[in-house]
Amino acid sequence: MGRYLIRRLLQTVLILWVISAITFFLFWVTPANPALLICGKNCNTETIAQVNATYGFDDPLIVQYGTYMKGLVNPGGRMIGTEGSERKCPWPCFGESYQNGVPVWDSISEAFPATFWLATGAAVLWLFFGVLLGLLAALRKGKWLDKLSVGIALFGVSFPTIVFGYLLLFTFIVKLNWIPFPDTANAALFTVGPAKWLQFYILPWITLALVFAALYTRLTRANMIDTMNEDYIRTARAKGLGEGTVVFKHGLRAALTPIVTIFGLDLGGLLGGAVITEQIFSITGLGKLSIDSVLSNDLPAIMGVVLFAAVFVVVANIIVDILYAFIDPRVRLS
Amino acid sequence: MTLGVSEAQSPEGGLPADHLADTAEAKQIEGRSLGQIAWARLKKDKIAVASAIVILIIIGVAIFAPLIVKINGFPPDQFNKVDANGDPLLNTRDGGIPIGGLWGSGMSSEHWLGVEPQNGRDVFSRLVYGTRVSLLVALGGTIIAIVLGTVIGMVSGYFRGTVDTLLSRLMDIILSFPYLLFVMALTPVIADRGQDLFGIPDNNTLRMGVLMFVLGFFGWAYLARIVRGQVLSLREREFVEAARSLGAGPAYVIFRQILPNLIPTLLVYTTLLIPSYITAEAALSFLGVGIKEPTASWGRMIDDASDWIESNPLYLFFPGTALFITVLAFNLLGDSVRDALDPRAGRS
Amino acid sequence: MTESVTTTATAGTGTGRPFLELKDLQVHFPTDDGLVKAVNGLSFTLERGKTLGIVGESGSGKSVSSLAIMGLQKGTQAQVSGEIWLDGAELVSMSVPEIRRLRGQQVAMIFQDPLSAMHPFYKIGDQLVEAYLVHNNAPKSVAKKRAIELLDRVGIPSPSKRFDDYPHQFSGGMRQRAMIAMALMCDPQLLIADEPTTALDVTVQAQILDLMMDLQKEFNSAIVIITHDLGVVAQMAQDVVVMYGGRVVESGPVRDIFYRPEMPYTWGLLGSIPRVNRGGDHRLKSIRGTPPSLINLPNGCPFQPRCDYQQYVEGHSCVAEVPELLQIGTGGHRVRCHIESEQRSRLFAEQIKPNL
Repeated sequence: MGRYLIRRLLQTVLILWVISAITFFLFWVTPANPALLICGKNCNTETIAQVNATYGFDDPLIVQYGTYMKGLVNPGGRMIGTEGSERKCPWPCFGESYQNGVPVWDSISEAFPATFWLATGAAVLWLFFGVLLGLLAALRKGKWLDKLSVGIALFGVSFPTIVFGYLLLFTFIVKLNWIPFPDTANAALFTVGPAKWLQFYILPWITLALVFAALYTRLTRANMIDTMNEDYIRTARAKGLGEGTVVFKHGLRAALTPIVTIFGLDLGGLLGGAVITEQIFSITGLGKLSIDSVLSNDLPAIMGVVLFAAVFVVVANIIVDILYAFIDPRVRLS
Repeated sequence: MTLGVSEAQSPEGGLPADHLADTAEAKQIEGRSLGQIAWARLKKDKIAVASAIVILIIIGVAIFAPLIVKINGFPPDQFNKVDANGDPLLNTRDGGIPIGGLWGSGMSSEHWLGVEPQNGRDVFSRLVYGTRVSLLVALGGTIIAIVLGTVIGMVSGYFRGTVDTLLSRLMDIILSFPYLLFVMALTPVIADRGQDLFGIPDNNTLRMGVLMFVLGFFGWAYLARIVRGQVLSLREREFVEAARSLGAGPAYVIFRQILPNLIPTLLVYTTLLIPSYITAEAALSFLGVGIKEPTASWGRMIDDASDWIESNPLYLFFPGTALFITVLAFNLLGDSVRDALDPRAGRS
Repeated sequence: MTESVTTTATAGTGTGRPFLELKDLQVHFPTDDGLVKAVNGLSFTLERGKTLGIVGESGSGKSVSSLAIMGLQKGTQAQVSGEIWLDGAELVSMSVPEIRRLRGQQVAMIFQDPLSAMHPFYKIGDQLVEAYLVHNNAPKSVAKKRAIELLDRVGIPSPSKRFDDYPHQFSGGMRQRAMIAMALMCDPQLLIADEPTTALDVTVQAQILDLMMDLQKEFNSAIVIITHDLGVVAQMAQDVVVMYGGRVVESGPVRDIFYRPEMPYTWGLLGSIPRVNRGGDHRLKSIRGTPPSLINLPNGCPFQPRCDYQQYVEGHSCVAEVPELLQIGTGGHRVRCHIESEQRSRLFAEQIKPNL
């Protein structure tokens, strides 16, 4: 177990390093002259030269990458700027935004809570409804309840988030007026209280959860049907166990095991930002931060969000693998 | 003569008759290939037939977009300010909202689905042209992903060893990328470099190519994993062993022996990828990193329309519905194909 | 001959019925391609302490019949008809909750592949305990004690330690022993063993069969053993039912089936057993053709398309009519074949026996 963890962590660091390198070199080859973005209207040869010196744009790429990585690896962070105007960029230093000079890490930590609430809330919804609907469908295979669930699921996976999100927004905010237009101030649970917070998140949750709930319904249904055809289910019945025990203790336990893996990976992926949902409902989370950075060519911010999101995906991978070993006794960590 | 316990029986060897499964009379009843069974099932499946028809219509619309737009006479990029009678189409004092029509959409006998606020471009024409972008990007991306995934998965599974280790690591890395974020960040970067890299300026033809490439590039790894797994087990099967022992080279075995067995998997994966890439293209264009003005794309139209959701909700409704119906039709057909190819379906 | 004979056994229980009696059991499954007639009129009887072997190819309806006895097709699309009498109770018409009380308690089943027949996520011991607790209102400690006892009895070394193992940690033979222990948890009167040794290698196979015979003596249980392996039948059973295409084609005491078989299909089965005491140049005879589709059963004798002895029947009855299962002699030997009985005996003696 201990050795496995160490090996996995090393692997993770390696993967993150590869991702950082790929991301860095891909994005740094963009021709958009970053100096122009930084000095804006006041650009002249002199200011551009100054900016280039400040940010080290004159250095070879590999040196720039080294400097960048130092800010992520060195516990003390790194220094930014030229002599005289030097300032400390504390760990973890993803650099400063070209747009407003704010350290990228500050923007990320500011945006993360909104994404966290959005993703976890939606995850609870989709896990509950997805598994429930899938289970009912599998147990009533071929009956109307199954057909209904399969229909809903198919509808759900076919509803593009951009269409479904705006449909909800139009219906409940514009037409019915049940919910006020989203106000970012209400994204923080601890300052506005649960009522406003719920009101703020409910539609985004449903929007984000729909596709996943539909996928989980299908997955649970398929797994459950397969499992209920297993020999060990026949054995359980042959023992004289009641149908409830057969379904829940013997069937669902096995059918849900693969779902744990997928759930971990899905949630991990979303914690890096749910771009479309955040964009529709004007939630200032990581997704909104990333799309804004992309549209404004704010390279440090893009790099920062991509790496931050990658950490979640990779860490989710490890957690899922470890969890799996606990759930399925056949799996050994080695 | 003794009637002892027989000594040498393989698990299924007790009845040699089990192995003679090829006589003509058995063929009459059970000898249909999976492909024939699947086709017969598909033809019987009403949903499959209906969704196939819808998809054919959508493809037809995409191919004949210029002809269709000739019927109503409004090119998708044309700014329309006045109608046939010379009356204004847009209310310039009210931010450019269309005049008349249901819910401020400007729908009329000329502009069947109304006009865009501010610019007055015909919504129907833009919708028709948007079909092209959606299908082209989705098909292109799917082909790239399927080809890459199949080739890399087969190579990885067939040759095993170091090649397999390297390719598997590559799949792992690609699968741990924050996919959408990366596609989002990468598309404008590559498009910006169009002039340097391909000698093409940043236009929407280039952007469509970039979208296909980026979607395909991030989509192959999952398929490659599945294919690799299947190849690993297929190459141990008797018919492959037999071919190899007769001196067949890797190319023959891979393409003539293994590839045909992968076709059901590839077919199912294709039907999954197309609708998901249609959605992805719309999402990227919606976010402003995919197709740009003035080319019509459903995602761009939805983004545009989101600003007018209160005054002109139908402008949002039309591209949304087009997108939904297209994705639904592909998903329905995909489901039917999957069911039809499932050897267990409908038995037991 | 001392063995009791399937059709004439009358020892019976208080009700005057044999302990287990199947009467004209039919199991059909509707599918896309048509009605699969898996079992078409299976009848036999069995007393406690005796063993009945059901023999036939894959798809001959053996396993389906056993599942019908357990009522395991209830609630599925399967259509089960006929009668199954167990200790005076009729099982086909029994409700699910009623039959559930019998499962594991009065009738227990030993499945073919214990790796897939045991739940991969639960400890072996817990799976045994579960089988006990479902029918006995007892504390878990009692169930655990019994489980360890039985694991010991079926020959699992250090059973209290192996109690906490998972199925994948057992070897194939050990798993089959554990499976048998699980079936015995509630002292069932009837044990159905569906290919209990097929997945095992030959030495382990012999051990498991010995174990089952020992346990039968100890618990006085009736055993139905389903197999395609005539060797297993010869070793275990007193009576044999040979099934083909969902029908009984020959049945009777084990000696009759092995020494005086009269159905060409049984001849084929016997001819396909390898023997050590034969010369190396002796070739095994296989039965030509394939098992019949259970959807389109032949109109006449189900075995007719593969039968090499049709010329001994006058006219077209082999193709046109299903032969009846007729008793020959007084020993309970029954055969379903259009060829005259004397002719069959002659054919066996002249053409078949010398080649066995």
